[in-house]
Amino acid sequence: MSDFLPTGIQLTYLVAASLFILGLKKLGSPATARNGNLIAAVGMLLAIAATMLDQNVLNYEMILLGLAIGSLIGAIVAYKVQMTEMPQMVGLLNGLGGAASALVAVAEFWRLLDSSQPIPLDVNISILLDVLIGGVTFTGSFLAFAKLQGLISGSPITFPFQQPFNLALLAAYVVGSVYLIITPDSLPIFLGVVGVSLVLGVMFVIPIGGGDMPVVISLLNSLSGVAAAAAGFVVMNNMLIIAGALVGASGLILTEIMCKAMNRSLFSVLFSAFGKASSSGGAASGGATDQTVRSIDAEEGAMMLGYARSVVIVPGYGMAVAQAQHSVRELSDQLEKMGVDVKYAIHPVAGRMPGHMNVLLAEANVPYTQLYDMDDINPQFDQADVALVIGANDVVNPAARSDKNSPIYGMPILEVDRAKQTIVIKRGMSTGFAGVDNELFYKDKTTMLFGSAKDMVAKLVSEVKQL
Amino acid sequence: MTEALIAALFVFVLASFIGFEVINKIPPTLHTPLMSGSNAISGIAVLGAIVAAGARETNVSVILGLIAVVLATINVVAGFLVTDRMLQMFKKKEIKA
Repeated sequence: MSDFLPTGIQLTYLVAASLFILGLKKLGSPATARNGNLIAAVGMLLAIAATMLDQNVLNYEMILLGLAIGSLIGAIVAYKVQMTEMPQMVGLLNGLGGAASALVAVAEFWRLLDSSQPIPLDVNISILLDVLIGGVTFTGSFLAFAKLQGLISGSPITFPFQQPFNLALLAAYVVGSVYLIITPDSLPIFLGVVGVSLVLGVMFVIPIGGGDMPVVISLLNSLSGVAAAAAGFVVMNNMLIIAGALVGASGLILTEIMCKAMNRSLFSVLFSAFGKASSSGGAASGGATDQTVRSIDAEEGAMMLGYARSVVIVPGYGMAVAQAQHSVRELSDQLEKMGVDVKYAIHPVAGRMPGHMNVLLAEANVPYTQLYDMDDINPQFDQADVALVIGANDVVNPAARSDKNSPIYGMPILEVDRAKQTIVIKRGMSTGFAGVDNELFYKDKTTMLFGSAKDMVAKLVSEVKQL
Repeated sequence: MTEALIAALFVFVLASFIGFEVINKIPPTLHTPLMSGSNAISGIAVLGAIVAAGARETNVSVILGLIAVVLATINVVAGFLVTDRMLQMFKKKEIKA
């Protein structure tokens, strides 16, 4: 009878783990996704409730208080956040998860130290790994948050001897860890290792630029899962290990998808600042600026759109920054009323995190059946009368297909230049994130609408109404 | 001791494979909700935090554990709620709001 409770807890964990897997599976289809999220949340609730019944958990008033405070803050944050701020939000939450995992390891180390029992080797190694992964996730995510929120510059920050410095940090971590494995009861060394892990997180994100953020956020998401799994090894809890592994795997898949979409290896994202690497190629194509650009006004643009049979809208991050998604939806509504077939083409890295653009358009009430992935829409550009590019640049640059010297060569792009006409809404002729001139703007079939995305789309709406 | 560790490693590796299998076919439309949802799941660290904060005394471990409980709970609650907020916006056909 005495092991009734522990068995019950373990069985509840089994149910909770199944609910997580089921929930993640349902998150894979728009029709069932909301249900899936709910199922995962129920799994979490079960797991927490079961853990509260653990015989070693005596301090339940304080823990309940902690749960209440966390829930309150979490709920407020979740309802206040703007959809454009989703990447920061996810970054911040990743960081909190990583911090919690690292704290579990530190707390366990402290407890073992106080109890003056010898620290078993496997627990010790788990603690050290958890501190590293959790610590890096914590500070790395907060730095990513600061970059996305604009608290610090989003451009890559580099300094002399950066790589040797990072290697020295890593070496310090390894030396400290080995020392702790031999003599586990050294608190100063342990705190040193914790500190080095935190600094490593900062160093990991600091050289990475804003445009690479989808990769970084995905990777940190994966790391937050691995950190939770590492915490599971520290306290020997299967539930943590399973949930952590699931998240680690999902984050890794998204990281890979993002890297592919930018035609860059994970290694190059992490270890070479993009702006710097591209400067030579960008300069080479700089001679293109003396070519002519055809600029039109909103009235002319509205005529092209209104009398087209099919229009493909290509929204980029510039549209999101300008908060123009609602005007864009209005424009597509108006066009549809006139019998124009409207589709949206979404590049995988159109936002600042995977799938961000889809969320922003969903918020503006664009039905997801109108949104097309790159692979689905590219063969359809041939049949499109007008491709309307709003605040996108590098992802529609044909140089990625043709110019071997271009730094973005090989990156999969939306082939808007295959449409019969292309209209580009843009503030000016400045280059995109990669710092490369876009030959699309100089093509005969391309016309430019200069202005801010929001104003220009609003003008198009009113002009189209008058047709 | 080692036996438990090996068993835990088995669990970890097998769960990772399940993760890869389950998530591999998710369409790009759902990448952001997937990420925030899985992010909420990574708040599972709250269980470890509860155990760490479990002792009925006031020492460094318990205080660190309690801080971890708060942080992980924010992660869990905000993650699930914001995912739900996003998913309720995904509609098949235009419904006038």
